[in-house]
Amino acid sequence: MLIGMVNFANSMLASLIASIPDPGIPSAPTPTMFNPVGAPADTILDITWLLVGICGLIGLVVLAMIFFAVIRCRQPKGDDTEPAQVYGSNPIELAWTVIPLLIVFVLFMVSARGIFDIEKTSPPDGAIEVRVIGHRWWWEFDYGDFATAAELHVPIDEDKPTDIYLTLESADVIHSFWMPQLGGKTDVIPNRINHLWLQVAKAGTYVGQCAEYCGNQHANMLITVVAQPRAEYEAWAANQRREAVDDRAVAAGKHIFLRTACINCHTVRGTVANGTFAPDLTHLMSRDTIGSGIARNTPNNLRAWVWDPQNIKPGCEMPSMKLTREEVDLVCAYLETLR
Amino acid sequence: MTVVQQPLSPAGRVPALSRLHEWVATTDHKKLGVMYVTAGLLFFMIAGLEASLMRWQLALPNQSIIMPDDFNRLFTMHGTTMVFFVGMPILFGSANFLIPLMIGTRDLAFPRLNAFGFWLFLLGGLLLYFSYFAGQGLQGMGSAPDVGWFAYAPLTERTFSRGHSTDYWILGILLTGIGSAMTAINLVVTILAMRCPGMSLMKMPLLVWILLVDFILVVVALPPLAAAQCMLLFDRSLGAHFFDTQAGGSALLWQNLFWFFGHPEVYILILPAFAFSSEIIPVFSRKVIFGYPLMVAATVAIGIISLGVWVHHMFAVGLSPLVNAIFMGSTMLVGVPTGIKMFNWAATMIGGKIRFHTPMLFCLGFLCQFLLGGLTGIFLATVPFDWAVSDSYFVVGHFHYVLFGGLVFSIFAAIYYWFPKVSGRMLSETLGKWQFWLLMIGFNLTFGPMHVSGMLGMPRRIYTYHTERGWDLWNLLSSIGVLFQIAAVSLFAINIIRSLMKGAKAGDDPWDAWTLEWSTTSPPPPYNFKDIPVVHSRRPLWDLKHPDDPDWKYE
Repeated sequence: MLIGMVNFANSMLASLIASIPDPGIPSAPTPTMFNPVGAPADTILDITWLLVGICGLIGLVVLAMIFFAVIRCRQPKGDDTEPAQVYGSNPIELAWTVIPLLIVFVLFMVSARGIFDIEKTSPPDGAIEVRVIGHRWWWEFDYGDFATAAELHVPIDEDKPTDIYLTLESADVIHSFWMPQLGGKTDVIPNRINHLWLQVAKAGTYVGQCAEYCGNQHANMLITVVAQPRAEYEAWAANQRREAVDDRAVAAGKHIFLRTACINCHTVRGTVANGTFAPDLTHLMSRDTIGSGIARNTPNNLRAWVWDPQNIKPGCEMPSMKLTREEVDLVCAYLETLR
Repeated sequence: MTVVQQPLSPAGRVPALSRLHEWVATTDHKKLGVMYVTAGLLFFMIAGLEASLMRWQLALPNQSIIMPDDFNRLFTMHGTTMVFFVGMPILFGSANFLIPLMIGTRDLAFPRLNAFGFWLFLLGGLLLYFSYFAGQGLQGMGSAPDVGWFAYAPLTERTFSRGHSTDYWILGILLTGIGSAMTAINLVVTILAMRCPGMSLMKMPLLVWILLVDFILVVVALPPLAAAQCMLLFDRSLGAHFFDTQAGGSALLWQNLFWFFGHPEVYILILPAFAFSSEIIPVFSRKVIFGYPLMVAATVAIGIISLGVWVHHMFAVGLSPLVNAIFMGSTMLVGVPTGIKMFNWAATMIGGKIRFHTPMLFCLGFLCQFLLGGLTGIFLATVPFDWAVSDSYFVVGHFHYVLFGGLVFSIFAAIYYWFPKVSGRMLSETLGKWQFWLLMIGFNLTFGPMHVSGMLGMPRRIYTYHTERGWDLWNLLSSIGVLFQIAAVSLFAINIIRSLMKGAKAGDDPWDAWTLEWSTTSPPPPYNFKDIPVVHSRRPLWDLKHPDDPDWKYE
């Protein structure tokens, strides 16, 4: 009876939390290719305008022919005679074979140059190199001496754009890493190592997401890139390198965390939690979002997530651990110290 | 020799059961053609319904009308159905009905194989849809496959796709594919061996030429898919590791095999649109097709080049710049013969006396929309641009302009054009024009904005999106367009039913056309022609109607 009432209270709480409007990602510009902030995205946009010009012109010519026929070549009322039968014309047909061939040749040369410019096979000098591992349904960013999830931080200097050279690997199925404002996309394929060169020329927050269908929560495999001034970045990185804060005030929550299956999947450096299936939580509170960008990292959202992630991201790999309301509060109090 | 007269029942009506038996047991190419197209249209309604549900979910951001699992099943079934159970059967159905009539023969080369091919196709389609009731999805309940119509490995492996839903996908398509390959061989043989006297290859109607190339593509392209599906079946059932990346298999092997089928497949689907238009545009422009030999050459060129462009579906998988450049070149090249066709159709209309009946309206819709889809195809062939928008809604917009704006519009043109021949009754022009304009508005409203949302960074196959991304307006427009399309397709269904019940009698040759099918009765008798015709030119009926100025003088 008592257990039943507790469960009822818990589910009421859960539905209350789940009904909080989901604020999503902190405001970031639309990930449009028309607002590029780096060299590869610039090149792509230049080629796009060339395409718009050439294809637009071809389109207008053909449309003009069609509309000329539709407007000028109607059958007059009451006229049953057949028009003159024209079987073809070699010079005209030769013209609309050869001219398109020449256009294709020019377009090919320009675009081929674009391919060789953008598809770099080795990191440019001074590039920041990060290993990206696609998981269902979140991104792991491995900087070598620490790892984080969903939010990729890169430094920006005043005088020159930052090159980002990513090594792409997958832990399960095919994903695709896509940051429209920073460059093209490249698939993230299991059993294969791919590389992607991006560039960011001004500080800011940029968004993108997984572009290759990878199952249930493909829609919520979001990416945020935070390009920040170098000093700010260094401070962030220095903090990431540290082990997790150990605050005695939240020992109870930490105890629950460590004795629950949380640690099979999550890592908190400095504790026995060393799972690698799920995001590293050592500095959870340094991230703006949870659930790979699905919701803002606020105390309420965090509690809702720990209570039952399936309410927020149905089908995701994290189950509800069936904690009581008090336990969820304690665990979240602990998690909130992981700055 | 005695002629056996089939006695009719006293009232002149055949009992329903006998009529049903007649259809089920038939080997007649016309009946099989009608069954193919009818089944294709029914699957078209189902797949359209699936698409409408997806657009309902995506109309506004952050909706949860349809859960992610169900959404993923919807787009998998929508794509699979549209390609294998709408495009293909309508291709085979129209070819089945038209080709023997157009080349002046009495049936296909192998009538029973033809029937077998149809029933295999239907079995495959029913098996696929049976998965909704019997397959085991990821959650262990009966449900449809959710791996996408392209079924990329390793998402299809046991590890990620438990239960049998993926097996239903494999077996349904494998069966259909075997049926398609058989029918394609059957039609190739028919075209090569059974043309009426006088009809040399270069005197065939363009439709027959284009479909000949099409069927050769089917024969070349389907076996690699069947092989890949067998390998996947081995992986899933016998513990093989062809695509099982966790045991050293290759995810790219599947992509290569699938697209080696999948790209020719796209041309297999669009070539019938070219075929229909090449017959309908001249008749309604009252002018012979412009540049027949070049049209044939362009068709053959498309067929050959389309076998060498499949990697353009894989520009983002990280192949070397050289490989990417080569396939960019071949893909751009295929635009040239396609462009030639556009120019020749336009040149056919110029100088003609165009009659704007419904079939011609749909052909004009096809021309304008396919033009747009073709040009965005050049965009996508350009690798750097492809890196920006591949797997985004831009691609969805592009191929719907080709396959819906192109293929489906020309299918409607073909139905309005040949329905009188098939049934003996005309379709209503008023309803037809309403359907055309509603579909025109709805189609462009749905798929035009998708180009924009794609360039604004919206990936395909997502079941929801955050409002902050700035895609709301474009998605809402796309969803509103669906309402117009539903209205248009409903009018079409009404038009068909109305015409079958009380449509005006068509007569043998309602459009004053030029190819052999219009020389026999509507509907044609079981034996098609009382006497096998003899032809002297590409337009035998023109020769008959204009004995003073026949075609064969100029060809």
